[in-house]
Amino acid sequence: MSTATQSFTRQDAGPQSADERVEGAMRSFAKEFGALVGMNIESCIHCGMCAEACHFYIATEDAKYTPILKVEPFKKIFRRESGAFAPFFKLFNLKSKITVEELEEWQELMFDSCNQCGRCSLVCPMGIEVADLIEIGRRGMYDAGLAPKELADRARYQAEHGHPEEVDKPYAELLSEIGNAHDVEIPLDKAKADVFVCAPRSDMISNPSAVAAMAKVLNKLKVNYTFASNAIVAENYGHYAGSRELQKTISLRIIDAAKKVGAKTVVVPECGHAYTALRWQAADLVGEALPFKVRHVTEFLAEQLADGKLKLNQVDDEATAFHDPCKIVRKGGVMDAPRELMKAMGVNLKEMANHQGYSFCCGGGGGVNDLERAKPLRYKAQELKLHEIDATGARRFLTSCSDCRVAFEDAREFFNWDKQPESLVELVAANIKE
Amino acid sequence: MSILEFSRGPMLHFALIVFVFGVLWRLTATFLLGFRQHRSEPRASKGQAAAGGFSVLGMRSWPHKEFIGRTAFGEAVGYGYHIGLFTIVLLGAPHVLFWQNLFGFSAPWWPTLPGGLITFISILTVMLMLIATIRRVGHPVLRRISNFDDYFTLVILYALMLTGLMAVLGLGGRYEYILAAHIISFNALLIWFPFSKLMHAFYIFPSRFFNGYMHAKKGAAK
Ligand code: SF4
Ligand code: SF4
Repeated sequence: MSTATQSFTRQDAGPQSADERVEGAMRSFAKEFGALVGMNIESCIHCGMCAEACHFYIATEDAKYTPILKVEPFKKIFRRESGAFAPFFKLFNLKSKITVEELEEWQELMFDSCNQCGRCSLVCPMGIEVADLIEIGRRGMYDAGLAPKELADRARYQAEHGHPEEVDKPYAELLSEIGNAHDVEIPLDKAKADVFVCAPRSDMISNPSAVAAMAKVLNKLKVNYTFASNAIVAENYGHYAGSRELQKTISLRIIDAAKKVGAKTVVVPECGHAYTALRWQAADLVGEALPFKVRHVTEFLAEQLADGKLKLNQVDDEATAFHDPCKIVRKGGVMDAPRELMKAMGVNLKEMANHQGYSFCCGGGGGVNDLERAKPLRYKAQELKLHEIDATGARRFLTSCSDCRVAFEDAREFFNWDKQPESLVELVAANIKE
Repeated sequence: MSILEFSRGPMLHFALIVFVFGVLWRLTATFLLGFRQHRSEPRASKGQAAAGGFSVLGMRSWPHKEFIGRTAFGEAVGYGYHIGLFTIVLLGAPHVLFWQNLFGFSAPWWPTLPGGLITFISILTVMLMLIATIRRVGHPVLRRISNFDDYFTLVILYALMLTGLMAVLGLGGRYEYILAAHIISFNALLIWFPFSKLMHAFYIFPSRFFNGYMHAKKGAAK
C-alpha cells in the first residue's frame, strides 16, 4: 500500500500568489507566538521520541511522520521572526525564509498524517505540547490558502449554512424523522430550556439510532432540553480546516442558540472534536467565558449516575473493548466517565494495551476521515489499532465518538474486520432501569 | 600571557559573560511573549493545576510504561551520558577545585571521587556519546530532524571530553597546552550555550511545568 507524499490541494478562497501565501502563514503563526508556544519550540532537543508515540510513524516507519517535523516551517518562522536572537538570524540569514513549496509539501504532514490526537505530547521528555503546535501550524496553512480543499470548502459552507455540505432535506426535518422512526420525542426549538443539545451530522446520516438514544436518555432523566433548528450540527469544520474565523462563526451558532434558550449546560454529543472546539477553544475564540457549562454526553450521564438520577441495568457478560476518543479523553479530560458508565452496567471490559490517556487514535480524527487521498495512509495507521482491539479478545466494541465510529466503520469494510463499532450512549439508553 | 593564562583568564571571563547574559536574554525573550488568557471553565483549580505541573516536572523524567518499549534504549543512552557528564563536572577533584577558584569560595566538605574512577566514567561517557552520535546519524528519524545545532554541540562536547581525558592520561603533548585546549573547549561550550539546544538545561523546567499545568487544568492526560 503506497503512502507516498500526496500532492497538495489549494483552497479556492484565501491568498493565491506564492508571496501572499507565505505572508499569510507568517502573519497567522505570529498571532500564536506566546510564551508557551515559544517554550515549546525552543526546548526541543531533537531526541525523536515523539515519533515513537505516533501511529503514523509506527505504522510506516517513515521519518517524515515524526511529529515535531510536522511543524518544521513554523519552528523556522519562529526562530527567524520572534525568537530571542531573531535579528541576528535575519541579519546573517541563518534561518532562511520559508517558501511556498515547503508549505505545500507540509500540507500532507500537518493534515493527512496528523489526527491532532496528542499522544506524541505525552512522550516528550521536555514536556512539549507537540499536537498543539501542529494545530497552530494548520491555522497558518489555512491563512496561506493551503488547507486541504475538502476541509476548507466544508468549513466555509458550514459557517454560512450551519452544516458542511448540501443536504436533501433540512436537518430539523431529519431530526424529527429520527424521533418518529425510533419512537422518541425529540424537542426542537423550545423557547426556554436548561440544557441545549446538538447532534453529530455523521450520526444523523449513518447512525440515527445513536441520536435517538441520546434523546431517549435525556427524556428518561426528565431533562428540560432542546435542539435548535439553526444549530443542530455538532461538528466544527473550521476547527479541522484550521480557520480561526470559521471555527468561531460555527461555534457562535451553537453559543447563540444556547444563550437564546437560557441554557445552563450544553451537552455535546458523542463527537470528539466538537467537544474540544466548544469545551476548550470556543471561549478563547469569542473572547469571553461561555455563560453555560459544556459537558460531553458521557460526562453528563456519569454526573447523573453519581447523583443517583440515572440507574442502569446489568448487561450480558460479553467481552467488550472500549476505544477512548483522543479529543474527549486524553486531550479533553473526560477521563473516567465512560468507565463509570460501563462499570454501572457491569460491562465485561477488556482493556487494550494502550488505553485511556495513552490510547492510540482511531486514525480518522482531525479531519483525516474527510480526506480521500489520505485513505491508504490512514488504513495503515488503523491496522495497528485494530490489532490492539483484537488482542483483547473482545467481541463487543464500544466508543463514545461518532467520528471514531466512522473511521472504524470504514476500516471494518476495508479490512473485512469482524467487529462493529457501537455507541456507548446507545448501550446506556438500552439499559436504563425503568 | 600564555595560552593557558588567556584561556582561564580573559577568555573564560568573556565566555561567562556571554553565557550568563545570553541565557538570561533567551529565557526573558521567551517569557516576554506573554502567557495567553484562557477563558474556558477549568476542570481543576489553580492549585491542582500547579500540582499537575510539578508532577509532570518529575514524571516526564521517565517514559510512561506505554512508551518505554520503544524509547528505552535512546532514553538509557541519553541518561547515561548526562549522568556521566554531571558526575565528572561535579565530583572530579580538579573540577571541584576549578569551581571553588572561579567562584572564590572554599568547600572542604565537597565530596570528590578518586581520579581513576573519574577517568573510567569519562571513558564510559565518551562511549555513550559515541552511541548517541551513531544513533543520530544512523536512525532515520534522528537523522531527519537533526540540524547544525545538534552536531556542533556534539563537536564541542567531544572536544571537551577528549582534551580532559588527554590531560589526565598525559597524552598528546605538553600538559599546559592540552589543559589550555580543555579550558578553551569549556569556554566554547559556555559561549555556544545560549544560542544552542544546550538551553534545554534551563527550558526543561518551565516547559514541563507549564505544559503539565495546562494539561492538569483541563483534566487531560499528563
Ligand atoms: S497528534 Fe497524534 S497523529 Fe498528530 S503527530 Fe501527534 S501522535 Fe501523531
Ligand atoms: S520528543 Fe520532544 S524533544 Fe524529542 S524530538 Fe519530539 S518534540 Fe523534540
